[in-house]
Amino acid sequence: MKTNYVMLHTITRIVALIVLSFSVYLFFAGHYTPGGGFIGGLMFACGLLLLYLSFDLNKITTVLPIDFEKVIAIGLLIGIGTGLNSLLFGDPFLTMYFDYYDVWLLGEVGLTTTTPFAIAIFLVVVGVALLTILTIAGDEA
Amino acid sequence: MSLLHYLVLSPFILAIFIPFLYKWFRNVHTGWFILPLPVILFGYLLTFVTTGQGMEVVEETVPWVPSLGINFTVYLDGLSLLFALLITGIGALVVLYSIFYIANKKDEPLNNFYVYLLMFMGAMLGVVLTDNLIVIYVFWELTSLASSLLIAYWFHKEKSRYGAQKSMLITVSGGFAMLAGFSLLYVITGTFSIQGIIEQSAQVIASPLAVPAMLLVLAGAFTKSAQFPFHIWLPDAMEAPTPVSAYLHSATMVKAGIYLVARFTPVFGGMPEWFWIVSAAGIITLTWGSISAVRQKDLKAILAFSTVSQLGLIMTLLGLGSAALYFDVANEGQYYTFAVMAAVFHLINHATFKGGLFMAVGIIDHETGTRDIRKLGGLMSVMPITFTISLIGLASMAGLPPFNGFLSKEMFFTGVLDATELPIFNMQTVGLMFPVLAWIASIFTFLYCLIMLMKTFFGKYQPEKLEKEAHEAPIGMLISPIILISLVVIIGFFPNILAYTIIEPVMNSILPGFTFEPNIYHWHGLNTEIFMTVGVILFGSLIFMNLNRWQETYFFLRERDPLNQVYDKGLDGLITGAQGITNIQMTGLLRDYFAYMSVFMVGALMFTMFWFDAFTFDVNFGMMGSITPYAVIIIVLLAVVSLALPFIQHRVSAIAVLGVVGFLIALLFVNFRAPDLALTQLLVETVMVVLFLLCFYFLPELKRGDFKPKFRWLNLVISISVGLTVSLIGISALSLSQTDGYESISMYFIENTYELTGGKNMVNMILDDFRALDTILEVLVLGIAALGVVALIKLRFKGGEDV
Repeated sequence: MKTNYVMLHTITRIVALIVLSFSVYLFFAGHYTPGGGFIGGLMFACGLLLLYLSFDLNKITTVLPIDFEKVIAIGLLIGIGTGLNSLLFGDPFLTMYFDYYDVWLLGEVGLTTTTPFAIAIFLVVVGVALLTILTIAGDEA
Repeated sequence: MSLLHYLVLSPFILAIFIPFLYKWFRNVHTGWFILPLPVILFGYLLTFVTTGQGMEVVEETVPWVPSLGINFTVYLDGLSLLFALLITGIGALVVLYSIFYIANKKDEPLNNFYVYLLMFMGAMLGVVLTDNLIVIYVFWELTSLASSLLIAYWFHKEKSRYGAQKSMLITVSGGFAMLAGFSLLYVITGTFSIQGIIEQSAQVIASPLAVPAMLLVLAGAFTKSAQFPFHIWLPDAMEAPTPVSAYLHSATMVKAGIYLVARFTPVFGGMPEWFWIVSAAGIITLTWGSISAVRQKDLKAILAFSTVSQLGLIMTLLGLGSAALYFDVANEGQYYTFAVMAAVFHLINHATFKGGLFMAVGIIDHETGTRDIRKLGGLMSVMPITFTISLIGLASMAGLPPFNGFLSKEMFFTGVLDATELPIFNMQTVGLMFPVLAWIASIFTFLYCLIMLMKTFFGKYQPEKLEKEAHEAPIGMLISPIILISLVVIIGFFPNILAYTIIEPVMNSILPGFTFEPNIYHWHGLNTEIFMTVGVILFGSLIFMNLNRWQETYFFLRERDPLNQVYDKGLDGLITGAQGITNIQMTGLLRDYFAYMSVFMVGALMFTMFWFDAFTFDVNFGMMGSITPYAVIIIVLLAVVSLALPFIQHRVSAIAVLGVVGFLIALLFVNFRAPDLALTQLLVETVMVVLFLLCFYFLPELKRGDFKPKFRWLNLVISISVGLTVSLIGISALSLSQTDGYESISMYFIENTYELTGGKNMVNMILDDFRALDTILEVLVLGIAALGVVALIKLRFKGGEDV
């Protein structure tokens, strides 16, 4: 008997969307409430993993042709870039800055250089988790 | 940053652009882009040369790690200036020469060559121009690296790779020993600044660490300057393109060791150990090198051993001259400074004639296709200009008048003869060895110069043995050696142009406090030195005339240095030994590795705790909050599930149960109001379960009968001790925090997080701001681990590959 995955696929489509958008929320929430780059990244990786698990590995790879090695590299570069940025102002490596700005329509907004740093962490975590798992899963031997 | 800092860094900056210049201007030889840099630097450095007496010392500091006393301090005195001039001057000539020597071919990427060359130039300038030992060490190892890369430039040749590895292993290990020596000096004096150490030299000499520090520093100097028995890398380094040999392996890099010895003479000079080790190593190298050179058949190999022996000569003189510091400045110390002057003068002379000779040999190789003296001969009429260059260079090297080599050889004889009169260090008895060995070495020096000249340019021209039809080199290739050889002649006739401009400032930095009158002239009257020279010429010619009889002896047939066997056997033994040790511990079983890690962790923690007597069990339960029933339930569940784990026989169920442990811990975090931790734990646990399931899918079924009972007992002991260690440390930490009034660091974060970072999530702000460096390094480790997994799986050996 051929196994029927209709239920799994239908639910996954909805759940993955929720998980992925929640991970983005968690990422931005991290400055004031629980969340942040690491947690957001892990959650995002979980969402993608759900897709890979319920659908076929090859199918998702064609839909999402992402090279996770590059994701790690880009993440690390952003992280180091955030650090080098502070050297330009004569501060030690990885000094973070923040200030409050009036943005049109949004009112006063706090902007900080920890955000790009958190993006870096996010990318590396997603990249590492998926690269490791996909490599092991894709092993033919 | 002063101009001098940019001077050191400019080669590195230019190197960044070389690959692009190479790509965009494929038709232009990349060397033309490099050439202006050393010329400009040389010109700029010339402005520091003074004609009057006394040179102004320039010192500029840029802090690097000031808290550890590591600063990028540029210190330009006579000694640094001499070396910097050599590096940029010879560098410019070598770059010009290389443009014609290394063809712009597709399969030989020129950009690599010039990037390595610039890297070397910058690193070498860094070594001689900085005052801080740690900065010197960094540049020092960079020169080794650049040298090794340049030796392996034609990396498809087996011999090139062998030579590169050998030079790397020997010079880098020496450099590492030197770092240890620098650290000891720091322990003694509390500074990394050389000038600071020189000021405290009396304290250094009195310290019990003086001899170990000295030995370690000398290990670095001797390996770099190819002193016996570390000289074996230099002949093998001749696999490098000839411009590199002329630049790194005769004129500059191998003199870094000389530089270091000269720099540390004010510190250690006057110690009998320093005197004996430096001068004995020098004289042995001198003799060994010159005798080995005689039996070589490859022109470059002759020059390599000749370089070894000449470096030994300079080293001997520095060692003998250091005795001056034993005496008072006012007393007879003055008399013995002469040896140092000879060393400095010969250093300059050697750079000129040996550079020229290397280039001449390069031309011969380039135009005939061989460097084997058995195939060459009769080139005098074919290559007249190269012949003239070689004739003058060789005459200078052999110590014949009127060239500069004659002057410094006479001064060398004077230096070793004076040394026998030293009233200290047993020199009046054993000291006779120095003039005798020096004389013997000079005979062999004369002999190999004669062999090089006669076998290459005289005799019968044998076009059938050559790969190409020989003809004179293009003019561009001849310019550099002609300049160098003109210097040989000019310095030979007018040695005193160097006297107050170069030599005197250098002497002031090697032997501070003395006054010098460097007057060099040819004719000293009929003294011992002139008779020694006559004897050298006589005996040298005599041996050469009977060379045919010598050539069949065992000594002549064996070209390779016997010390190479020690290196080769040692390297093989090292690899086999390392593999043996690895095989003992690497069983291929994960559980063994876990056992190692746990045992090590328990051992290290327990040892530290006992050593500092840090165990306390004095916990005040009254100060702790009450335990909620939820926590009790979760902990009981945790214990039950954990205990059940070892009894589960099916892997997949074991993973699922392990997952339960993880989720329970997450619940525990919730109970203690740590939402961030709980969330992280949940997510990590989810990802881990997927990962484990995937991994175990590929593993064989777990069988029960596999374990031996004894092994299981050991595992039990290990697990119990891990649990015990962690619990004891936890209790001790709690008790300490209650009794000794340690304030928790979390108070600082609670008070300052919003003020300093503008964020309210403390955990995140610690990760992203306060401890961002830790975080970036952690994700770096994560990235490396992921790439490691990829490498292990995708690049796995299929069997049958050559490892």
